[in-house]
Amino acid sequence: MSTTSASRYAITKDAAGKERAGDRLKARVFQALLFFSLALGIITLAVLLIQVLMEGWPRLNMDLLTNFPSRRPANAGAQSAIFGTLWLMGIVIATSLPLGFGAAIYLEEYADPKRWYNRLIELNIQNLAAVPSIVYGILGLAFLARGPFGLGRTLLAGGLTLTLLVLPIVIIAGREAIRAVPNSIRQASFALGATKWQTVSRQVLPAAIPGMATGAILGLSRAIGETAPLILLGALTFVTFNPDGLTSQFTALPIQIFNWISRPQAEFKVLAAAAIVVLLVVLLAMNSVAIWLRNRYYNRPW
Amino acid sequence: MDLGDQMAQGRIPVTEDDHNDPSATTEGVRIETEVKSSDRTDGPTEVVFRLDDVHVYYGSFLALRGVTLEIHKHEITAFIGPSGCGKSTLIRCLNRMNDLIPGAKVEGKIHYHDQDLYGDGVDPVEVRRRIGMVFQKPNPFPKSIYDNIAYGPKVIGMRPASMEELVEQSLRRAALWDEVKDKLKQNALSLSGGQQQRLCIARAIAVEPDVILMDEPCSALDPISTGRIEDLMEELERDYTIVIVTHNMQQAARVSDRTAFFNAEPAEGTGDRTGLLVEYDRTDAIFTHPADRRTEDYITGRFG
Repeated sequence: MSTTSASRYAITKDAAGKERAGDRLKARVFQALLFFSLALGIITLAVLLIQVLMEGWPRLNMDLLTNFPSRRPANAGAQSAIFGTLWLMGIVIATSLPLGFGAAIYLEEYADPKRWYNRLIELNIQNLAAVPSIVYGILGLAFLARGPFGLGRTLLAGGLTLTLLVLPIVIIAGREAIRAVPNSIRQASFALGATKWQTVSRQVLPAAIPGMATGAILGLSRAIGETAPLILLGALTFVTFNPDGLTSQFTALPIQIFNWISRPQAEFKVLAAAAIVVLLVVLLAMNSVAIWLRNRYYNRPW
Repeated sequence: MDLGDQMAQGRIPVTEDDHNDPSATTEGVRIETEVKSSDRTDGPTEVVFRLDDVHVYYGSFLALRGVTLEIHKHEITAFIGPSGCGKSTLIRCLNRMNDLIPGAKVEGKIHYHDQDLYGDGVDPVEVRRRIGMVFQKPNPFPKSIYDNIAYGPKVIGMRPASMEELVEQSLRRAALWDEVKDKLKQNALSLSGGQQQRLCIARAIAVEPDVILMDEPCSALDPISTGRIEDLMEELERDYTIVIVTHNMQQAARVSDRTAFFNAEPAEGTGDRTGLLVEYDRTDAIFTHPADRRTEDYITGRFG
């Protein structure tokens, strides 16, 4: 039997001999590792969610949404915290998205990367994204709540602090989205006699919307769960009224949760779990708007 | 004859006996393709672009040196030559697209209808509205077919009596109307590559330019789509001045009235290869009896 001619044209695993067996094994092990990484993340998340849902289930009812905090766990609800969080998110959306996307457009489309000040801004934005949130809390306290702005312990001070916190994230994601728009689109627009602004506003931005929506999701998700800067700013933990304006005092869901968890009574722990579920629902509702927007505009081949 | 007379004279009528004799090839130069039968006499035609000793730099790198030539109205002018010879660089100077590349600099004079294209007070946006461009790779906007055409007229503030009519007319002139008339609201990216490129031509026509620059418009297309675009160019020649960059010599021979051959050669001193214009003449002359040895070598495939 002529083994040489047989192995020369061999295409089955057995006939190809053992020399590639190691390669095949490596490929499988690598694939298994990748799947394991994914599974680990998903399972952890699922376990946490299920646990919270089970723990909070007894208190997941309308009372939680309509009652105000109370010393008696049976009467306590999170209405003021839910409204506080919604107000905060409103402020963050209204300030961080225009500012962040505006900065992203400037840096990508207008800034000359050779100028030292543009490079300095870029470097700083990268670094700011890595600053711990507590530092933003200190900044907010020193400059917004007290100090030059003197806004006090108000919704506006809290919202603006969160805006500072998420701005770097929004800017970086916005720049990525703008950079992903092929240059050929800009050239096509310029070649028709469009101005820079027409090209940016009518071609580049619409094409970048899906990526920008992702940036908005990242930023808002970060802001909605932040507790540390708000605690530092002096958001209240026991508020029995809904905010009625930007200068109103406030509490927010993460703070209410933090407060309930630190109480000794077991009933408050159940309340905290239920409030966590509410926080997640608010977050998902917000993100689904961004995802809907992204899908609506997503028709690009790149 | 001064320019006023040339303008007054307008387009020279086509004459039957002007057709070129294909057997009139010089010895040593054999080409497979038929050279375009020139539909013009050698009489004066209006000059659209007059280039005088044009040098183009990217930063300190000299990409193109010493180009002097004239581009005539209602003609197709082809730029041919090997890669790196600066032909795309030059065509991008003609509508100031090179302004968008940081560090690009043009020296020498480029006159467009006797106005200094790089003079003070010239608005590059207005330049590009008059001088349209079709790119190597089809680049439709990720929008509907209709919006692709309507975008140009809208941004330059054209107020057509009917935008629908303008869109239809542009698509008809680009020989695309019959294929897309029932799907104007569809995304342009759903079209084939050849259709996309004709859409890009229709888009360029929609703003009623004076000149259309085409930078290797067929290099990403199959031969059938290429043939359609070439037919289209001959149609468009009646209303527009066309400048085309092409790697395909047969294409230049088939469609153009004049051909400029560029080459990349080491510059004195630096040793960097820079582009230069070797020869510029009527296409039949370039392909049948080139004056320069380098042109002859290139078009007969002895280049390199």
